[in-house]
Amino acid sequence: MNTVSITKPVRTLGQGLFFGLLFGFLLQKGGVAKFEVLMGVLLLKDFTVIKVILSAILVGMLGIGWLHHQGKVELKLKPTRLASNSIGGLIFGVGFALSAYCPGTGAAALGQGNFDALAVILGMLCGSYIYACFSDRIENSIGILGDKGKIRLPEVFRVPPLRFMVLMSFLIIAFLVTLEWVEGSFLP
Amino acid sequence: MPPYPFIAQVTETVNPGTLPAAWSPYLAGALIGVLSWFTFLISKQPLGASGAYAKVAGLLGSAVSPRFTRRLRFYRKNPPEINWEVMLILGVIAGSFLAAWTGGEISGRWLPPMWVEAFGTAVWPRLLIGFIGGAIMALGARIAGGCTSGHGISGTLQLSVGSWIALVCFFIGGAATAFLMFNF
Repeated sequence: MNTVSITKPVRTLGQGLFFGLLFGFLLQKGGVAKFEVLMGVLLLKDFTVIKVILSAILVGMLGIGWLHHQGKVELKLKPTRLASNSIGGLIFGVGFALSAYCPGTGAAALGQGNFDALAVILGMLCGSYIYACFSDRIENSIGILGDKGKIRLPEVFRVPPLRFMVLMSFLIIAFLVTLEWVEGSFLP
Repeated sequence: MPPYPFIAQVTETVNPGTLPAAWSPYLAGALIGVLSWFTFLISKQPLGASGAYAKVAGLLGSAVSPRFTRRLRFYRKNPPEINWEVMLILGVIAGSFLAAWTGGEISGRWLPPMWVEAFGTAVWPRLLIGFIGGAIMALGARIAGGCTSGHGISGTLQLSVGSWIALVCFFIGGAATAFLMFNF
């Protein structure tokens, strides 16, 4: 009987734990480990989640984009599969609304003492295994529909990546400013 | 006597939009962006969460039925193991605990007040719906190839086309379902 290692090197695991500590700390401080905040964004009553996500995208995009331009990091792109991304995305959304916590914020919710996240985590373990049971069939059907490979927005819009990032930054900032204005003017 | 003995704390009335985050969401978000620079630089990994559950599910599956689990296409490509992402999620639980503890926000309860207002004080419906929701969410994440972290933050910040599509679909599916849940 051959033994298969089920762990990665300790250094890799330690780094994961360290980055996780910081990630969880920031998620909780940003308010997104709370049922009301996560459900609030889906009911269009609380936009904290959008503010956290778009700020992370803005800062992350500029930093990673620059580091990539300098040749200091490699991008880790997931392939674009139009059917999988959209159908899977919609299914994810349904589950997200029912459970109110997503995979990252669910762990954060548990950390802050929202014990209902335990049920969500248990559900996610089961759902992941159910997917694996049908992975062959799913990946052979919708997985190959609209498989475009690892494509990025600058290629689609035929704009140089750095210029695209500048444009994207303005779009994100404009969106957030508008969001603040709408919140201040129309929401109680 | 608290309304339901399962819960440690008295639940206050909380509505979305009235709950201030400890830090500005812009600051927390921006720092998550900075964190992602370092995960790329040091670990050569994007932040992602849903994959960890698939790994742990695979380990549990292997413990129960190793031969069946090993033959599944997903686990042939992604062998069950404790990896960077699993440790990341363990770290998230601990990090969130530290943040809530330092901010006096440990909730220690089974039911969110907003749930109680809409659906009552029984604990099991929340756990059942949470479990079903979690299962559907993980299924969706695996079909889509990631979750709100892997697609929604890490994929979008790399300007991946599929990640932007997935993020928009997360919110369309989520908003539609949430409106049905809370308005009927």
